[in-house]
Amino acid sequence: MENNAFYVALTLLFNLDASLYQIVALSLQVSLLAVLIAALFGFPLGAAVAIWRFPGRGGMIVALNALMGLPPVVAGLMVYLLLSRAGPLGDWGLLFTPGAMVLAQVVLVLPILAALSRQKVEDLLGEYREQFVSLGMSKLRMMPTLLWDARFALLTVLLAGFGRASAEVGAVMMVGGNIDGVTRVMTTSIVLETGKGNLPLALALGMVLLALVMLINAGAYLLGELSRRRVG
Amino acid sequence: MTSLQVPSLASFSVSPLPELRFEGVTFNNEDKVLLGPCSFTLNGSGPTLVMGPNGAGKSLLLRLSHSLLQPTQGRITWSGEASPRQAMVFQHPVLLRRSAIANLIHALAVNKVPRRKRLKLARDALERFGLIDCCNTPARVLSGGEKQRLALARAWVLSPQVLFLDEPTSALDPAAIQAVEAAVREFHQRGTRIVMTTHDLHQAKRLAGDILFLSGGKVREHTSADAFFDAPVSQEAQAFIAGGLVE
Repeated sequence: MENNAFYVALTLLFNLDASLYQIVALSLQVSLLAVLIAALFGFPLGAAVAIWRFPGRGGMIVALNALMGLPPVVAGLMVYLLLSRAGPLGDWGLLFTPGAMVLAQVVLVLPILAALSRQKVEDLLGEYREQFVSLGMSKLRMMPTLLWDARFALLTVLLAGFGRASAEVGAVMMVGGNIDGVTRVMTTSIVLETGKGNLPLALALGMVLLALVMLINAGAYLLGELSRRRVG
Repeated sequence: MTSLQVPSLASFSVSPLPELRFEGVTFNNEDKVLLGPCSFTLNGSGPTLVMGPNGAGKSLLLRLSHSLLQPTQGRITWSGEASPRQAMVFQHPVLLRRSAIANLIHALAVNKVPRRKRLKLARDALERFGLIDCCNTPARVLSGGEKQRLALARAWVLSPQVLFLDEPTSALDPAAIQAVEAAVREFHQRGTRIVMTTHDLHQAKRLAGDILFLSGGKVREHTSADAFFDAPVSQEAQAFIAGGLVE
């Protein structure tokens, strides 16, 4: 019974295991903050690529689409080099802190948000373009209108970004270091516990992670459906 | 539809209607000539109805006039120094995914109307077009007729000097058509130049001051509505009025 993953997971949860809650909280903080920062830059970037025609636009779209598949360890390596003592941002002293983990996840999530929002905004612009030109709107003015009117589609895009951030392990492991109580998150704990042979605990953590991701997705889906029904 | 008389609007009718001039305008798609060459001047005081069979180039002519498209050759000019304030109502109204009133406020914001004036202007326009009860209804769940009236209300708040309408009633039922035509008359009374396409002869008879008749991408006739319906000169127009097929 004690070796049953479900049992272990439930015991951890209901005993209000402090270290578990710390790990869960840090996981959420890092991934949500990373998605928020990535959205702040990624959505306007995606909208800009959708609206403006400039030389190299095609190359940029291909690059953004390709970067959606950027291996997390490569992103981790880039951020590691950037933040290491000898690196250009070494003075910030961010390596092996949650800040570094956020930065690494921003690098991973930003292309996803930019590439997918570019597609959504471009579709919407196709529908709105004549009306926008008729209203005498500048391209810059179109951007906030399009982003707001694409808000339901962008919510789904945001979820895709969050999924990527919360699920990845390579980047946060490299730049966070999986330090107990400081930079240990759910995915890195799972890797660690699996390595130690503590499979029930690893599985239990995995189930908690899965449940959390489902919960957030369900919440966003409900929110989206409700407001979609309201706005038509 | 209620017709509210706003005193300050009287001044609109004093300024002369802007005149629109086409000089040798053509529009090509690659090598195919879709419109023109056309030369004409819209300087009458009544609404101009652009008529003709499908594919005659009516919508194209409207889009060129409204600068949504650029002519391949020729010039399109307006009387006066600057081009006049314009608005366009499309066959299928393009409405934002927001409430009815938010659609109007957005149009006002885009046109740099001061924030404190927007709400009142928007509410007045909704009232004028019988939409005040739908104020907070999402624009995209309105009925077809309501959507078109909202598009007209959006044009109204911009107080355009020229209003283009591209087959605004082709997808509407008779009651909604009546409401749109009443709105067009209100715009006209306010001193707005109306340029509207339709393929409905009865509608043209009800509204038109002059008729611009197109077929095969060419202007076949440009006369007063009376002359057009009593004694059309071109064969194409005669056939069109007789209900025949026009090539």
